[in-house]
Amino acid sequence: MRIQLQVALTHLTGRRRQTLVSLTGVVLGVAFFLAVSSLMRGSEQDFIKRLVDNSPHITVSDEVRRPRTQPAERRWTDGAVKIRNLKPQTETRGIRGYREKLALIEAIPGLRVAPVLVGSAVLTFAGREEGVTLSGIVPKTMKTVSTIQDKMIEGSLDALDVNPNGIVIGTGLAEKFNLGLGRNLTVVAASGASRAMKVVGLFRTGNASVDETQTFTLLKRAQVLFERPNRVNRLLIQLDDAYAARAVAQRIEDAIGDKSVSWVEASEDILSVLVVRNIIMYSVVSAILLVASFGIYNTLSTIVLEKTRDIAILKSMGFHARDVRLIFLFEGVIIGVIGSLFGLALGAAFMHGLSLVQIKPPGVSEKVFLPIWWGAQQFALATAFAMTSCILAAWLPARRAGRVHPVEILRGAA
Amino acid sequence: MSAVLRADNLVRILPGEVPVTLVNDVSLTIERGEFICIMGPSGSGKSSLLYLLGLLDVPTSGQVWLDGENTSVYGEDDLANRRLEKLGFVFQFHFLLAEFSVIDNVTLPMRRLSRLDESAARARGLELLDRLGVVEQSAKHPHQLSGGQRQRVSIARALANDPLILLADEPTGNLDSVAGATVRQILKDLAHDMGKTVVAVTHDAAFAAAADRRIGIVDGKIDADWRAG
Repeated sequence: MRIQLQVALTHLTGRRRQTLVSLTGVVLGVAFFLAVSSLMRGSEQDFIKRLVDNSPHITVSDEVRRPRTQPAERRWTDGAVKIRNLKPQTETRGIRGYREKLALIEAIPGLRVAPVLVGSAVLTFAGREEGVTLSGIVPKTMKTVSTIQDKMIEGSLDALDVNPNGIVIGTGLAEKFNLGLGRNLTVVAASGASRAMKVVGLFRTGNASVDETQTFTLLKRAQVLFERPNRVNRLLIQLDDAYAARAVAQRIEDAIGDKSVSWVEASEDILSVLVVRNIIMYSVVSAILLVASFGIYNTLSTIVLEKTRDIAILKSMGFHARDVRLIFLFEGVIIGVIGSLFGLALGAAFMHGLSLVQIKPPGVSEKVFLPIWWGAQQFALATAFAMTSCILAAWLPARRAGRVHPVEILRGAA
Repeated sequence: MSAVLRADNLVRILPGEVPVTLVNDVSLTIERGEFICIMGPSGSGKSSLLYLLGLLDVPTSGQVWLDGENTSVYGEDDLANRRLEKLGFVFQFHFLLAEFSVIDNVTLPMRRLSRLDESAARARGLELLDRLGVVEQSAKHPHQLSGGQRQRVSIARALANDPLILLADEPTGNLDSVAGATVRQILKDLAHDMGKTVVAVTHDAAFAAAADRRIGIVDGKIDADWRAG
């Protein structure tokens, strides 16, 4: 063992109580750092996962970011042409030539796409009325871009293929109307068209607003109800790599001209809130370790004061100032390493305990377990922060020890 | 005999509002194997001279030549290396590290120098302790030893790296007459039998009488320099 390390160990074991207090500070600091940050990161990951899983990665809608260029602008590209108060042509809303665009998008590797016609409708049953969002879908393709099939608790999306007048509704709505599978209700579209439909499936996402307002029917049935034959107003896209959504959305928009919004763009405000939340969280948990590092500083400063004579004798023997500094830095490192190890173990226990806690967040109909992120990055970050705090806390006492002048001490001791 | 340590016009002034001259223009040459006592009244500057000769302190002016090297050109680390390799110190108080066992205290300088591996250093440490008659105490801690035993352990530690010169500052000042006589004899034997150069600062007349050479210091200056026989 290096002599400097041995001296460091004897200092720490010689002052067991203070060492234990310093260690406890680091252990608790690391444990809380880990527990809080894993909970925060877990909730962030869970939130993003829900965002990514429950909504399309890219939504192509029947809108454009910039008005289409007019023939006059194309004809006289260098001319002083300015067109104002352009009135769009009255036409059936929807994505023009969606089948060709669908084929174009499907040619891009690593994605799945589903056409959807979304509109508003009113459901009536036993004298009650409820406004809902009715999505006309193709079950086969919808299953590839949405997790709705996994949320079915009765019936299935495929039942829509069997029963063209079928409708799939959420459990929230079913409870409001007090109806179940196989019951008939009336759907009235904004155009005034209505049709009797049969409930062929019930889903529960856990999100109350979705469960109470979202409904699905066949695309062809929706086109008839909304009087928009051969039109869709959404192309929902799911990617193999959700984090490539922004780039792929841009590529699609460049290719087809319709507005393509990635989940990242749609959630930018929420994601920026998460960044702020992370900054606050890391500031708070870092403060715990900062307080712990004051404990280490205090302990090592006391040791330097107590061991001034030993330091002087070591230097008189031929130890360099850097040897003496190293002794005290080793002490900081030892406290950091042991504190981190026990802190990680305690933090993991906290994390396990938290992962067993169930809560019912507002707006969610089911109890959920606290989301904990077990990523190695958190453990590494907690250790790195603890080690940095310990070494910084040891640095000042170490520097002071290195500056001890042996003659002044030996003369005083004599 | 050849000069192992030489001081040329050494001056050490403590700076301050009223500067204090501790050592005032001291020149001397110490030969290999000499047993020298530096004597003088309290505050005469004998310990300050010893610290300068032992490279623990840096002179305000003048030079210290150790084993043919001019040490005044060295930085702090080089001076520390010379202390580690060529010098050994014994103080009035034993200054053993309380948390270390006797053998660990003795092997400290050897482990820092790293010329010997751990087992060889331990073997040499035990041999030194045996020569000084305290090998049975090797596993004990300093607080379990008598004053004389502690001082013998500190002599063993000073000899650990086989230094050219042993510098002792009042080595018997804290011991009773029996322990003091033993330490005195050990230092004398080191010089006469092992060829070590021993430079000791002392008030002890009996100690001084055993020396080959006695240097008297008054007000930081050499007042007298006697050689025995």
